[in-house]
Amino acid sequence: MSGHPTQGTPLLRIQDLCVSYPTPDGLKEVVRGVDLSVSRGERVALVGESGSGKSVTARSVLRLDSEARTSGRVLIDGQDVLEMNSKEVRRVRGARAGLVFQDPLASLNPVKTVGWQITQPLRIRGMGRREARRRAVDLLGRLGVADPARRFDDYPHQFSGGMRQRVVIAIAVIAEPQVLIADEPTTALDVQVQAQVLELLGELAQEKDMAVLLITHDLGIVAGFAQRVAVMRDGKLVEEGDVDRVYASPRHPYTRALLDAVPRIGDQPGRRLGTAAATADPVSVSPEGEEL
Amino acid sequence: MNTAEETPLLEARNLVKTFSGRSGTRAVNDVSFTVRRGEALGLVGESGSGKSTTARCVAGLLHPDSGQVLIAGQDVTRARGRALRATRRRIQMVFQDPYSSLNPRMTVADLVGEGMYVHGIEPDRVRRRDRTVELLETVGMGSEHLDRYPRSFSGGQRQRIAIARALAVGPDLLICDEPVASLDVSVQAQVLNLFGDLREKLGLSLLFIAHDLAVVHHLCGRVAVMNSGRVVEQGDREQVYTSPRHPYTRALLDAVPVPDPAAERARAAGRGAVHTQNHHEEKR
Repeated sequence: MSGHPTQGTPLLRIQDLCVSYPTPDGLKEVVRGVDLSVSRGERVALVGESGSGKSVTARSVLRLDSEARTSGRVLIDGQDVLEMNSKEVRRVRGARAGLVFQDPLASLNPVKTVGWQITQPLRIRGMGRREARRRAVDLLGRLGVADPARRFDDYPHQFSGGMRQRVVIAIAVIAEPQVLIADEPTTALDVQVQAQVLELLGELAQEKDMAVLLITHDLGIVAGFAQRVAVMRDGKLVEEGDVDRVYASPRHPYTRALLDAVPRIGDQPGRRLGTAAATADPVSVSPEGEEL
Repeated sequence: MNTAEETPLLEARNLVKTFSGRSGTRAVNDVSFTVRRGEALGLVGESGSGKSTTARCVAGLLHPDSGQVLIAGQDVTRARGRALRATRRRIQMVFQDPYSSLNPRMTVADLVGEGMYVHGIEPDRVRRRDRTVELLETVGMGSEHLDRYPRSFSGGQRQRIAIARALAVGPDLLICDEPVASLDVSVQAQVLNLFGDLREKLGLSLLFIAHDLAVVHHLCGRVAVMNSGRVVEQGDREQVYTSPRHPYTRALLDAVPVPDPAAERARAAGRGAVHTQNHHEEKR
C-alpha cells in the first residue's frame, strides 16, 4: 500500500484510520484501516463507489462528523488532528486545510453575501475588512467570475451552479491552506463547467504548491487530475499507485473490474461491460440503502 | 405493408413547450426527430437543454404547446380515450431516480403487474403473477423478490424493477430519462448490458436521454444533441462523435473526462495552447 516514494515529509498523512458510526444495531465500521499520504504539490485521488468509505475518510481528516468514532492518526504537517480539541480543529480548517464539497448550495449560507463568506477565513484570523475584500475580489476574478467587485455583494442564489462552486473553492483556498480536500467537487456540474472547475483547481493547487486529496467516483476525472490514485472498497484501500501504472496495469482485480465497467468513447459500441466490480449479492444491502 | 414498415415508430415534429413564469423561455423550441423500429436514439445535452422536457412531451406526460408526436404514424397529441390508451401502451418510460419513481407502498408484484392489469392485458391474477416472474427474470431478478417493497432494494435493482414494470405492457419503445445517472459505475455497467440484451432479445427501440456522452456512445446508434431547447445536431454515432459539425457538440465532446491519463495530459496540453492563443487574440 505504501512503497511509493514521496518527496520529504508528507503534508497530509493518514495512518491506520478507522471510522465507525453508531447505528441502532451497534457500531458500524465504515473505514477499516486506511493509510494514505499526500505531499506538498501532489495531487492524489481517492476513488471508489458509494459505500466504499471514501467520503467518510475525507470528512474524518477534518473531523466533520461529530458522531464518528475514529482511531488511528491524521497528521497535517506533523500534528494529529484526531488528538486536537475542537478549538484547535477549527483553527486547522480553512487555514491549514481547505474543503470543497459536492453541493455548493448546501455548503453556502443563503442569507449571507458571497463576499462575506469568502472573507470569513481571513477575518477570523484578524485581517482587516478592506484587505480581506481586496483579496477576495482578486481571487474571484482569478476563478473566472466576471465583474468580481460587483458580484462580491451578491447572494448565492444569484449565482449559477458552476459559479457557486467557484465561490466554494474561493472560500476553501483564500486563506492559502497547505492541504486541500475536495469531495466530489464537480459531480453536480455539467461537463463543460466541470472541466473548467477542475482546471482551475489544478492551477491553484500548482501555484500555491498545495497537497490535494480529491475524492471522486469518476475514473475519467482521476485520469485528468491526479498524479497518484488510491482505490477504495468496503472501507479499505485495495490498490494505490501512480495513475499511469494503475490505469495501464491494475494489480487488484477490483481496480481492473472498475476500469472495465466504464464505457468509453472510442470503444466498440455495445461491448459487454465488466460487471465484476458490482457487489456479488446486492440483495444483502440494508433496507435503509447503502450509503452512510 | 411496405409503407407501414417505413413509417417511423416515433416521430416528433416541431415540438414547442414553454413554461410560464420564465418570461416565455422556450424549454423546447422546434424539436424534431424520428426513431425507427429497433433503433436507439440518444438525446444528449447539459442541464436545462430541454432534453427531459422533450422526453416528457413525447411520453405524453406534458402537453406540447405546438407540434406533434406520432407513434407509428398516429398523432397522439390529438388522440383521446381508447385510441390514446392503446397507442400509449406502445411507449413506456423509465426515470432517472428509481427511489422516487416506484411507489414505496406497492410490492414488486404489484408494481410490475399494475400495467398489465390497467391495460387489461392479463386480468387473471395468477397468470399475471406468472408473467411478472418472467419479466423479473428478463431483467435479471429472481421470483423471491415478488412480495418485497422497493425499500429493500439497491438503486440498480430498483432500476431493474422499473424496467420490468415498463416492459410489462409490451411496449415497442422505451423512453429512458437518465436511467443510469444515479448509479455506481459497476451497477451502471449491469443496467447498460441489460438494455443491450433487451434490444437484442425483444427488438426494443430506445429514446435514451443522458448527459453522459460515453454512455450514449455505448448504447445508441444515432444521436441528437440539444442545447437551449433546440436540437443543434443529429446524426449517426460515428459522424457525431468523430466529425461533429456543430461547435457546441465539439465543445461538449472536448470536455468529457477520459479514463486514460496519457490522453488527458495530451488534451490538457491542447487546451493550454488554445487558452494562450485566445489571450493573444484578446490583447490584439
